Amino acid sequence: MKPARFSLALRYLGLLTILAISIGPFLWQFSTSVKGPAEDVFVPDFIPDDPTFGNYAAVADVVPVWSFALNSLGVASVNVVTNCLGAAMAGYALARLKFRGRKLAAVVFASSILVPFEAILISLFLVMRGLGLTDTLTAVVLPGSIAALNVLLLRNAFLALPAEVEEAAVIDGANAWQRFTRLALPSVKGTLVVVALFSFMFSWDDFLWPLVVLSDQEKYTLTIGLAYLQGTFVQNQRLVAAGTIIAVLPLILLFLLLQKHFFRGVGEGAIKG
Amino acid sequence: MTHRPYTPWLFLLPGLGVCLMFTIFPFLNMIVLAFTDASALGGGRFTGVDNFVRMAQDPKFWLAARNSLLYMAGVVPPLVLLPLLIAMLAQKVVPGIGIFRTAFFTPVIASAVVVGLIWTWLLDSRGLVNNVVEALGGTRIGFLTDSTLLLVSSMVVTVWRGLGYYMVIYLAALANVPKDLHEAAMVDGAGPVRRFWSVTVPALRPTMVLIAALSAVNGFRVFSEIYLLSGGTGGPGGASTTMVMLIQSVGRGLTGEVGYASALSFVLFVILLGLLLVTLKLNRREDQL
Repeated sequence: MKPARFSLALRYLGLLTILAISIGPFLWQFSTSVKGPAEDVFVPDFIPDDPTFGNYAAVADVVPVWSFALNSLGVASVNVVTNCLGAAMAGYALARLKFRGRKLAAVVFASSILVPFEAILISLFLVMRGLGLTDTLTAVVLPGSIAALNVLLLRNAFLALPAEVEEAAVIDGANAWQRFTRLALPSVKGTLVVVALFSFMFSWDDFLWPLVVLSDQEKYTLTIGLAYLQGTFVQNQRLVAAGTIIAVLPLILLFLLLQKHFFRGVGEGAIKG
Repeated sequence: MTHRPYTPWLFLLPGLGVCLMFTIFPFLNMIVLAFTDASALGGGRFTGVDNFVRMAQDPKFWLAARNSLLYMAGVVPPLVLLPLLIAMLAQKVVPGIGIFRTAFFTPVIASAVVVGLIWTWLLDSRGLVNNVVEALGGTRIGFLTDSTLLLVSSMVVTVWRGLGYYMVIYLAALANVPKDLHEAAMVDGAGPVRRFWSVTVPALRPTMVLIAALSAVNGFRVFSEIYLLSGGTGGPGGASTTMVMLIQSVGRGLTGEVGYASALSFVLFVILLGLLLVTLKLNRREDQL
């Protein structure tokens, strides 16, 4: 079967080309980040002569990159908790409780998905100023703390659960909160993982909003810290490269551990752009 | 009754609160402010359509709108087509395919900032790409210093970052294309190219419309890529500024013109909503076919 083997070889050739395009830029950045001060970083050589992790320590002398990372981690972690809990509560009420105004509440969530963040950027800044929260990490977290998209994702997950189990619990005298925490929440674990992952990633990667709402360098998250680093110390690419690797490595590790959930997230409509 | 009348509202309170306070209210406020001359310090009088008249005469607005539209037009075709081709490459289960799919998705999880910095370094006047260009006998190209090339470079970055994301959507859609259609076409003697156009593309049309819409909306909203590749300046003389960059620079800081920035935001919203409605209409036509 010569033609089959030929087409397989062609397929692998294509796959390898895309592979090089996808991860080549990361490898080049990593390679730059471990090149010593004696090596010319402009020479296109992927393998460093004398690899060193010194730049990772040196970048912290220039900007407080670890405290930026800590800020990002804090913001992202809070974002995960508030999204999982707040969106699950709202989603549960929309899916499982009957009450007047339910349709209206669903419409509020659905219509807020249609509002592009960029269009309310300035207005949102004014809200934060009115609350006296500008230049705080709280202001960074709040707008995305319970995303409407996650509410609707969880609503759909709760809707898909069979009603019988809960009906039995009602007869046993369980109240709404008990049914929510003991029966409903454990049954939508899969969707919760997707919501958690994308909340973490969205928050860790966010750039525009922290850029607008933060001005004190001490409060910087990693993304705006890195943009600042590039602006001031563009001369030493080794340090910028080390900073970028610090920012991307946690997400790559998270992704490698939980990749099937990432792919599911894309399929389930983690289409928030 | 299985719960007290106020119980559902307690469940909804945090989510609804965040939604109303940080999306719906700022949105409505933005529309009101668009018709005032509010400044960063507050105040502002109702000025009717003054902001929109000013916009029509503002060359910066037209430049930014043009750049955003160009950007959208530039990224949509490659983002509809290339991920489909990649998905078709990655669709067949061959040894090691998991590694390939995972690697293709990696640029998606990296932040726009990380991606922007990586490409700034690659496209630097003395960077890797220019070294390759020179090795091939060309002269160094000002990818980041020429305002047109800066736009094109940013588009390349956006496309690069989107490939894996849309590939996953296409992979899911390809799995739903009935196999017997391909087999029937093969029996009829259709080659791979013919089958691509006559079987795959028609079956995937709704997905393609969806991806076109998503990438168009995201393309028009572009900010981070150009901001980073230009080092925060919007290119030489600000010639590569986009709509979102303009809104951010007009409305921000102590001298921020909140009223005018809101009017710009309103226009941005209307354009994005228009894109969405067009897509819905296209998809509805699909349903009728």
